[in-house]
Amino acid sequence: MKVKEESGLSIARAGAAAGFDPEIIKADFPILSREVHGKRLVYLDNAATTQKPESVIQALDDYYRNHNANVHRGIHTLAEEATAAMEGARQKVADFIGGVKTQEVIFTRNCTEAINLVAYSWGRNNLGRGDRIVLTEMEHHANLVPWIALAKRTGAELRYIPIDNDGYLNLSDLNGIISPATRILALTHMSNVLGTINPVEEIIELAHRRGALTLVDAAQSIPHMPVNVKDLDADFVAFSAHKMLGPTGIGILYGKENILNEMEPFIYGGDMIREVRFDSATWNELPWKFEGGTPNIGGAAAFAPALDYLAGLGMDAVRRHEIELISYALDRLQNLGSLRIFGPSNPDDRGGTISFIDNEIHPHDLATILDTYGVAIRAGHHCAQPLMKRLGVSATVRASFYIYNTKDDIDRLVEALKAARRFFGNA
Amino acid sequence: MPEPLDELYRDIIMDHYRYPRGRKKLENADMRNEGQNPVCGDEIELSLKLDDGRVDEVSVECMGCAISVASGSMLVDAIKGKSLQEVRRIAAAVKAILKGEPLPEEVEMGDLEALAGVKNFPVRIKCALLSWTTLIDGIEALEEGVVANVTSTE
Ligand SMILES: Cc1ncc(COP(=O)(O)O)c(C=O)c1O
Repeated sequence: MKVKEESGLSIARAGAAAGFDPEIIKADFPILSREVHGKRLVYLDNAATTQKPESVIQALDDYYRNHNANVHRGIHTLAEEATAAMEGARQKVADFIGGVKTQEVIFTRNCTEAINLVAYSWGRNNLGRGDRIVLTEMEHHANLVPWIALAKRTGAELRYIPIDNDGYLNLSDLNGIISPATRILALTHMSNVLGTINPVEEIIELAHRRGALTLVDAAQSIPHMPVNVKDLDADFVAFSAHKMLGPTGIGILYGKENILNEMEPFIYGGDMIREVRFDSATWNELPWKFEGGTPNIGGAAAFAPALDYLAGLGMDAVRRHEIELISYALDRLQNLGSLRIFGPSNPDDRGGTISFIDNEIHPHDLATILDTYGVAIRAGHHCAQPLMKRLGVSATVRASFYIYNTKDDIDRLVEALKAARRFFGNA
Repeated sequence: MPEPLDELYRDIIMDHYRYPRGRKKLENADMRNEGQNPVCGDEIELSLKLDDGRVDEVSVECMGCAISVASGSMLVDAIKGKSLQEVRRIAAAVKAILKGEPLPEEVEMGDLEALAGVKNFPVRIKCALLSWTTLIDGIEALEEGVVANVTSTE
């Protein structure tokens, strides 16, 4: 059964009404009907970026075709429409992550910039020698390098919550690691390599008891499962639109209002000021204080239907679908017998991102072979070099799923892996 | 196997990958250089012994994909007995092959011609180049009086 309608949103609703059907969802994504090397594309690189539904593509087109203007500046109709698009998107983000205030939702370029905003604006003004920054061994470079640079600049020390051999955080020495000297804890909600979903609430609670601030890198969690940032009680939460059906070039920093109010701006210039004189300036109110310069208005306008699409499906249903795919994929990959699979083996503890290595075929060779079979996966260090070292590998292959993936896609992956073995394995 | 893969992983390449030449470490090398490809994590250690201006012994230890290992192994066979000037010519010819450009004249390519299939896989060209850039950087450093060095493709 295929539902064809003009608007992607109504298709998503129809999909939700009919139960979660990835085949119907797939039809909303034009790119998924293209071929690669003569085969239907099987896109399994969703942890890197997801594909975009028709409604998002149309919204981007519609914005530039019909509404384009600068925001918060003009008094003309287009300027009002552009501002409404931007602020409407902000409201949708605020609702999507648990009903926070729009003042607490800052648009950035991406998750990386959101984390840097905190590291620069809060970190440089608040950290010094004797202070501690706590991270984990499974961080993406985006939630690692800004803190390394900050530690170097301020003299603060870095400590890492270790991982165990099954890919879980080892919390046995948490009390020692999150010492009273800890000023900030920054950790990923879901690992982009291991898939591990971390018990962030528990860790945040301890950090707060120690008087530390907390930042959650939700780049991999918010797109894939229900996340309520109020329940997490994190002081900052960062994520990217492009990993959740939205366009590239737009990301989100959520921050608690009272903390954001205390912070210095990050980018200085137009839009973020209240009053400027030749020798001084005062800052605009939240959230614009942190949005210097013309923002990505088209990106925000196109992010809104992405959020509608996911809300239409329901994040609980998205998560259930992924658990089903993970269980199936773990089973099939394990049965191949030739792979070392990383991360938790219990699907309830992990997201739809599975890293593995073939005992005899280098990840890059596998990626090339799979690509010729139309299967797009990622091979490399996944911007987590310290984690690779910890795992004792130089690179892994990573398959990552999303709402439009099916068991059939996983079968195609497995067939391609078998073909690679036939070609390569028996040295 | 789809055809472009057969072109990429030719028998000669697979043979060099499975049985890489020159893996034995050299004592008292005249030149030693390490190369890495940060994007994929490939690493190589390359050393040379010279005799009267010619390559006497070569050692290549490469941790990486089939293409980088095979290319490094072919390098060992290709430059033994050659003068440093000839080595540079061969390296330039390898680059030409990988870009699909015509070969410079008077260069004996031997097994190296098998690298021609890589040109259809642009993201893999740097795999094939790793050992050669490591070699050339090492030689240049040697000529400037440095014995050990580190080369990164990024
Ligand atoms: C866990 C995690 N954090 C941060 C990022 C950075 O996202 P972006 O590149 O969109 O800033 C990514 C994605 O690559 C990620 O997987």
